Amino acid sequence: MALLEVKDLEVHYGVIKAIKGISFEVNQGEVIALIGANGAGKTTTLHTVTGLIQPSHGQIIFDGKDITKIPAHKIVGMGMAHVPEGRRIFQQLTVLENLKLGAYTRKDKNLISATLKMVYERFPRLEERKNQVAGTLSGGEQQMLAMGRALMSNPRIILMDEPSMGLSPLLVSEIFDIIKVISEGGTTVLLVEQNAQKALSIADRAYVLETGNISLSGKASDLINDESVRKAYLGA
Amino acid sequence: MEFLQFFISGLSLGSIYAIIALGYTMVYGIAKMLNFAHGDVIMVGGYLLFTISTTMGLPVWIGITGAVVGCTALGVVIERFAYRPLRGATSLAVLITAIGVSYLLQNLALLIFGAAPKSFTSIVTMPAMTFANGALTVTGESIVTIAICIVIMIVLTLFVNKTKPGRAMHAVSEDRGAAQLMGVNVNGTIALTFAIGSALAAIAGALLCSAYPTLTPYTGAMPGIKTFVAAVFGGIGSIPGAMVGGLLLGLIESLSKAYISSEMADAIVFLVLIVVLVVKPTGIFGKKISEKV
Repeated sequence: MALLEVKDLEVHYGVIKAIKGISFEVNQGEVIALIGANGAGKTTTLHTVTGLIQPSHGQIIFDGKDITKIPAHKIVGMGMAHVPEGRRIFQQLTVLENLKLGAYTRKDKNLISATLKMVYERFPRLEERKNQVAGTLSGGEQQMLAMGRALMSNPRIILMDEPSMGLSPLLVSEIFDIIKVISEGGTTVLLVEQNAQKALSIADRAYVLETGNISLSGKASDLINDESVRKAYLGA
Repeated sequence: MEFLQFFISGLSLGSIYAIIALGYTMVYGIAKMLNFAHGDVIMVGGYLLFTISTTMGLPVWIGITGAVVGCTALGVVIERFAYRPLRGATSLAVLITAIGVSYLLQNLALLIFGAAPKSFTSIVTMPAMTFANGALTVTGESIVTIAICIVIMIVLTLFVNKTKPGRAMHAVSEDRGAAQLMGVNVNGTIALTFAIGSALAAIAGALLCSAYPTLTPYTGAMPGIKTFVAAVFGGIGSIPGAMVGGLLLGLIESLSKAYISSEMADAIVFLVLIVVLVVKPTGIFGKKISEKV
C-alpha cells in the first residue's frame, strides 16, 4: 500500500482550473520527483496535499487515512512535513526558535532534543548559528534551516518544494546530497523541482506535470533518457 | 516637586494607555488588522464592573473578574463572527467592519445603560501617599495603575517570548502559511490574541474609570484613538513599542496640560505623532523588514 496516494485531484483558483485531475502515489521509502515547467502546478499540488489549499475534487490518502478535508495544521502531526517554496523560515526568530517551531506538534521533550541533536549533526552550520536571527542567514543556510525545521517534526514523509531555487551550483549539489541522506535515513521524499536533471538523478520514480496534467511517469532512470523529457526539461 | 507630580500622573495615565495599546498592537501584529472596536471593549469592561459592583453591590474583585471574563468572551465573539469571515478579504473591508463593531457596541451600551453618565466608584481603596512634607501627593489610583502596568508588561513579555503559544504568535505574525505547516492553528492563535487584548482592555477600563470616574457609552472612544496613536508611535506590531508609546503619550499629555494648555493637550499629542511618523515612519520600535530575495 502506498504511503501517500493522490487520486483524481482537481484544484481551482476561482474559475481557473490549475490542476486537472492528477493521480500519483508515493511508496514508503521512495524518493519521488515531480518535475515540470513554471506554472505547471507543482507547488499547487504540494499545497493541496498538505491542506493549505482545498481541492475541488479528488482524494488524498496518507497512511491509509483520507486527509483531503483535514486542515493544514493537523496534518503535520500525522507525519507529513512540507518545506515550502522560498523556504519561508521565520526571519525574525533565531535559528533555534525556528527549529523548535518545527517540533510544535510534538510533546515529548526528550524526543525533541534527540531530533534536534540529529538535525545539528546533519547541518553543523545550524548549530554554529543557533542563536543567530534567521533572516541574517545566507540563502543556502536558510534552505538548510527550512529542511532542518521540517525534520524537527520527525516526519514519515517530507515534501520539498524547489529546494535548489536561487542557490549556487555548488550549494545545489550539497542540498541534493542532504536529500539523499534524509531518504537513506528512512524518510520518504516527495520532491518538486525545476532542476529536472538533479531531481531525476536522486529520485526512484518521477511524474512530469504539464499545465495541470501528468503527461508522463515512470522510473527516474528511464525518464532521464526519454527523448521528450530531455528536450523539454533537460535542455538536450 | 510640581514637575514630579505631573510626571507621576502622566506615568499613571500612560500606564493605562500602554495596557490598551498592547491590545491594539498584538491584534495588528498577529491578525494584521486594526481593531477599531478595541476602545469600546474598554467601555464594556467599565459597564460590566459598574453593573456587578455598584448596581448589584457585589465585591469589587467579583466585578473585576466579571469584567475580564466578559470582555475576553466579547473579544473572542467579535473575532469569530465579525472578523474571521473576512479573513482573506481586503483590509479596507475589515477596517470598515471594525468601525461598524465599534458603533454597534456604543449603541448597544446606549440602549442598555442610557446616555446619562454613571458616576463610577474607584476600585482602588488604597489611600494617597504624601512625600516631602506634603509637597508631593501620589494617589492610590496612580500607584495601583503603575504597579499593574509593570506586572502586565513583565508577564506578557515572558508569555510571548518564552511559551509555546507565544512562539506560535510570532510564527503567525510573520508567515501564516508557514505557521500552519508547523502545526500552528492560525484561527486559534488569532482568537487567543483577541482574548488577551480584550482582557487587558477590561483591566484598562477598570483603571481608567477609577482615575476618571464618569462612564458613558463613549468613554472608550477617545482613549481608543489615542492608544492607537500610542501603538503607531511605538511601532505598530511591536509589544515594547506599545508599552513605550503608551507611557510617552501619557507623559506628553499630562505635561502639556500642566505647562502648555489643557485645551491644546490632545492637539499636541497628535502633533507629536505626526512629527514622529515624518521622521521615522515605522515608529520608535518599528521593524524595518528587509526582503531577502
